[in-house]
Amino acid sequence: MSSTWMTTRAWLLMLPLLAVMLAVIGWPMVDTVRLSFTDAKLIGSGGAFVGFDNYLKMLSNSNFQRALYATTWFAVVSVTAEMVIGILAALLLNQRFYGRTVLRALLILPWALPTVVNATLWRLIYNPEYGVLNAALTQVGLIDGYRSWLGEPGTAMTALIVADCWKNFPLVALIALAALQAVPRDITSASLVDGAGPFARFRFVILPYLAGPLMVALVLRTIEAFKVFDIIWVMTRGGPANSTRTLSILVYQEAFSFQRAGSGASLALVVTLIVTVLAVGYGMLVRRTAGSAA
Amino acid sequence: MERRSLLASILIHAAALLLAAVIVAPIFWLFVMSISPAADLVARPLRWWPGTMDFSRYATLLSTIPNSAGANFVASLVNSILVAGMATVAAVVLAVPAGWAVSRTPSVGWSLSLVIATYMLPPVALAVPLYMALAAFGLLNSVFGLALVYLTILAPFTTWLMKSGFDGIPREIEQAAMMDGASLLATLRIITLPLAMPIVATAALFAFLLGWDEFFYALLFTSDQRARTLTVAIADLAGGRVSDYGLIATAGVLAALPPVLVGLIMQRALISGLTSGGVKG
Repeated sequence: MSSTWMTTRAWLLMLPLLAVMLAVIGWPMVDTVRLSFTDAKLIGSGGAFVGFDNYLKMLSNSNFQRALYATTWFAVVSVTAEMVIGILAALLLNQRFYGRTVLRALLILPWALPTVVNATLWRLIYNPEYGVLNAALTQVGLIDGYRSWLGEPGTAMTALIVADCWKNFPLVALIALAALQAVPRDITSASLVDGAGPFARFRFVILPYLAGPLMVALVLRTIEAFKVFDIIWVMTRGGPANSTRTLSILVYQEAFSFQRAGSGASLALVVTLIVTVLAVGYGMLVRRTAGSAA
Repeated sequence: MERRSLLASILIHAAALLLAAVIVAPIFWLFVMSISPAADLVARPLRWWPGTMDFSRYATLLSTIPNSAGANFVASLVNSILVAGMATVAAVVLAVPAGWAVSRTPSVGWSLSLVIATYMLPPVALAVPLYMALAAFGLLNSVFGLALVYLTILAPFTTWLMKSGFDGIPREIEQAAMMDGASLLATLRIITLPLAMPIVATAALFAFLLGWDEFFYALLFTSDQRARTLTVAIADLAGGRVSDYGLIATAGVLAALPPVLVGLIMQRALISGLTSGGVKG
């Protein structure tokens, strides 16, 4: 069989997928770029070409700057916490103890819970009048009166981050645990014989095995965190006083609540650009880590 | 295995208990809320355990009496199944030939990488043109329109799974069959596809759950019972039109049940999937 025919056949088999992807992803992407240079409304025809107006307005707009800051804060804090807690949980689950199998199975639960259900659950937990968090903290004596955790700008973002961490640290833990189990046992015992302490052992013997998979977890979680919409929409809708309004929420409001498709599109493209730069940067880092681990 | 001191052993078990409590407590509380009488949920100090167990909310939500809370819930349940189901079938039909082609012909692999790279696109980047196109074709607030949009998420994911699956089926088996005179299509139908069935099933299951969880597009592109999915219905409930928190919790339990059961049953496949993704990078 000639390789030309093999290649042609492969393209033919991929044609349906590529055609659909072109229609539902390729074309909308191109059209978003076009719209971003117009003052088009969501409903109604056309919109005139306005050049870089949308972009220039956005960059000088304090809403955009605040949303960029909120998104970065959310992503950095939640992903850092998820990585740290996830790795600690994996190290624990790699020890021997009673009920380890059960605990490993439980780890799946938060991760399997639909994001909207998770957001709803935590909204109920944080409820200012009847929430279980208020009840628990009051009964233990940590707070004097019930508080509106999602209703105060000072606590809303932290409350969101806790809810996000609870759902997502298990993913990191599962990936780290699988990597830990791939560490050859004779290597760890050799390091013991050589007199390595627990921290030295983690840093120099175990961490190199974890580095690759953990980088992948880091990349996936960071990209997800920068795109975050669902959990915030259900828990705070970007409030109070826009303190949890991330970039995706801002795009939603601009393009759909205010129906300004043009400026919404330009904003969406800036979000896309940020995520792409992050992904490419991380990708290079992953390749470096993989290279040094091998 | 090194021997542990008693202290280390106690610390490890304490940490394990803490981790278990952190994981289980919120989920358990969701369930407790769903079976607590409404008065218990708004009592101060809070009743931690319901005086009587009340399962009536499950009956309420799953009833089909017209214009009841249940009818709305059941309608959105059906919509979720329809949208996720149709999108899953379409995604698998597209993914099987494409995944096989990339697996056997690495030179076209870059096109799949491109498709997978769309994963990092934020949905907001596609939402405006998709909204306008659906409106133009009369597919807003339609399960068909929403299922089509879900392909943006499901198709790249299933193709990637299928490609890794076909990689695990040695091509020598196919070559042997073809050597014996079977045509390519016959080979695929008789040899490859039956071997790939477990992967197809796994891919379909995960695709369905992705569709089941989806919220953003459903929020944008649906407006009433005719297409509104479960996630949007729950967000609406949580948004405050319901005074009984137990009802919101019950809806949450019901929506979480399918993915949680699948997660527990499919643990092994799930973890090996995660790991292979992690190792391959």
